Amino acid sequence: MSITLSEAESRRVVARHGVPVSAFVTGRSTDEVIAALAADPGVEYPVVAKLCGRAIAHKTERGLVRLRLGDEAALRSACDELLAAARPDDGDVEVLVSTMVAGNRELIAGLNDDPQFGLTVMLGVGGILAEAIRDVVFRLVPIDEVDAGEMIDDLATQRLLEEFRGEPAVDRQALIDALVGLARVGEQEAGIRAIDLNPMILVDGRPIAVDALLEVDEEGDR
Amino acid sequence: MSHDLSALFDPKGIIITGVSNHPGKFGFVTLHNLLASGYEGKVFPVGREPGEVLGRPVLGSIDEIPEGEADMVFICTPQAVNEDLLRAAAAKGVTAAFFAAAGYREAGPEGAEAEARLVALADELGIAVAGPNGQGVVSTPSRMCAQIVAPYAPAGRIAVASQSGNFVSSFLNLAHHTGVGISRAVAAGNAAVLGIADYVEWFADDPETSVCLVYMESVDNGREMFDRLRAVAERKPVVVVKGGASDAGARAAASHTGALASDDAVFDGMCRQAGLIRARDVEEAFEAAATIATQPLPTGDRVVVVTTVGGWGVAAVDAMSGTRLDATPLPADLYAAIDEKLPPRWSKNNPVDMAGGETRDTVPEILELAASHPAVDAVLFLGLGIQSNTAAMMREGGFYPDHGLERIVGFHERQDARYAEAAAEIAARTNTPVLLATELANARPDNAGPAAVRAAGRMCHASAGRAVRSLDLMSRYAKWRRARGL
Repeated sequence: MSITLSEAESRRVVARHGVPVSAFVTGRSTDEVIAALAADPGVEYPVVAKLCGRAIAHKTERGLVRLRLGDEAALRSACDELLAAARPDDGDVEVLVSTMVAGNRELIAGLNDDPQFGLTVMLGVGGILAEAIRDVVFRLVPIDEVDAGEMIDDLATQRLLEEFRGEPAVDRQALIDALVGLARVGEQEAGIRAIDLNPMILVDGRPIAVDALLEVDEEGDR
Repeated sequence: MSHDLSALFDPKGIIITGVSNHPGKFGFVTLHNLLASGYEGKVFPVGREPGEVLGRPVLGSIDEIPEGEADMVFICTPQAVNEDLLRAAAAKGVTAAFFAAAGYREAGPEGAEAEARLVALADELGIAVAGPNGQGVVSTPSRMCAQIVAPYAPAGRIAVASQSGNFVSSFLNLAHHTGVGISRAVAAGNAAVLGIADYVEWFADDPETSVCLVYMESVDNGREMFDRLRAVAERKPVVVVKGGASDAGARAAASHTGALASDDAVFDGMCRQAGLIRARDVEEAFEAAATIATQPLPTGDRVVVVTTVGGWGVAAVDAMSGTRLDATPLPADLYAAIDEKLPPRWSKNNPVDMAGGETRDTVPEILELAASHPAVDAVLFLGLGIQSNTAAMMREGGFYPDHGLERIVGFHERQDARYAEAAAEIAARTNTPVLLATELANARPDNAGPAAVRAAGRMCHASAGRAVRSLDLMSRYAKWRRARGL
């Protein structure tokens, strides 16, 4: 059996291996959130607030995401609402607040434990249309920088990676580093079954994961 | 573990079990095919009924064979007797066996038990066992067609390992059709002992082989196969075509990544990472292997297309648009050099459309200029055989050989043969692939152009699109090597 880590736990694991995630803080109460935010100059308004916990996989569907919160007052009322929306079967929950990063292009990256080949790492064109577009490439974990560069080259939608609507071309080395780091999570952390980074938003060409979900074997719990 | 398969592919003597005088039985057919292909080693047919088959005495028992005269046994007998036969063969010095015999894993639980015993016995006796339930093994350096079916194949440098016997035949038939030959070919059958990776590893060391061609359906131990095939691809090109490759979305997955991980997408990524050249179908796989076996690897993606008329060049460039190949603008010095050779109506661009302006030496000269230019990585010539096609109509039109037709027909046919020879010579000398494509390769295989290519054991593609596809696959492999400093 496997379990799904909360978004905050998932973000910390992947970030440890060099996968860029948007700056974030967490708190179990509104006051904790505000205090954490004050202590971390890396998280800037406007922010996104989400209710997260191991049992909460589909935040958007349940309306547990608040976008574009411009100041402390807006954040406070969002935190209050989110914490009030928790259900008993959600278990331990907390509010995750992250910088609202902006970019028009979304990628998806992840790991998957393949029945034939073991752990694989994926890069694709992401966002809510990822499963409809199916422009994805896989490699077996581990990968090196050459493999990661070829993953980028193998995407069919190359135009998305070039200069796009006033945004610069994708920072190739940054994306390579993110992929190699993601694969390293699978190589070095025990019991990884799957990871979703969806979306990774291209911000000034650099990929930043704004959501993360890790599925691990129960004994691999961390 | 790497197996020594030299007794399987180059045996000094072969025992065939299950030989009878019935020309429809596997034992008879195998003996026939072996003798018909010109195998020069010793052949020991063994059967229940003494006598002669195809002029060869049939022995009643393996015990009658002198020790050390045979090192391979080809098994066509029923499953129940084969363990004893294998022991007897081992006692005579046999170190490799091909089991055409069926009745093993494919036949249910009892067969699966027999197969497990066979695996253990092979290990105990130290015999390399191919099959069971396989169609056979072909090896042109030994003039050996040890198969229960046709065909044999022309000699060449492509080595085939297939999880389906039918596709061994398909590849061998394509070798006959194109003239690009085979070094070794083996059907893995149930692959009880030897699997695709074992064969391909042996091909990697085989001086008779320059490219491996694999058909596979099932992947049992994917990670191990990946590691082993990648190690081979670092040394020799491996072309892979996979059957049963579509289960897209069949997997119930909680994660987006899992939902996107179709078998085909993962297999494709594995191939790209391992440097395996994945083709979409059997024909494309053969043509890629045939191209790689007979051309130098390109050192980049820049292609110059040379045509005698416009439309073909357009089609070639269209075909390139779905690839990473690049119909490069002509470098100024190349442009100037070509301009000197052609009348003013030429295309002045890539594709180089000579617009019918060629004289006796123009085609070889233009191919030479393009292939030897440092900013050109490959050349594709479209237009081989046109002159000989005209010649064919002149031969057949009722006026030949009078009215000067004999002379012009001879000129046309010599020219096309020259173009074929020039393309081969220029490719070898400049270390730049020079591909040829014309539908005449299929429509009129006797045409002097394609016929000369075939006689030289080289590949003439049947269309510009197919040539482009082969070149693209070859170019991707070359790029994989370069990226890894190989």
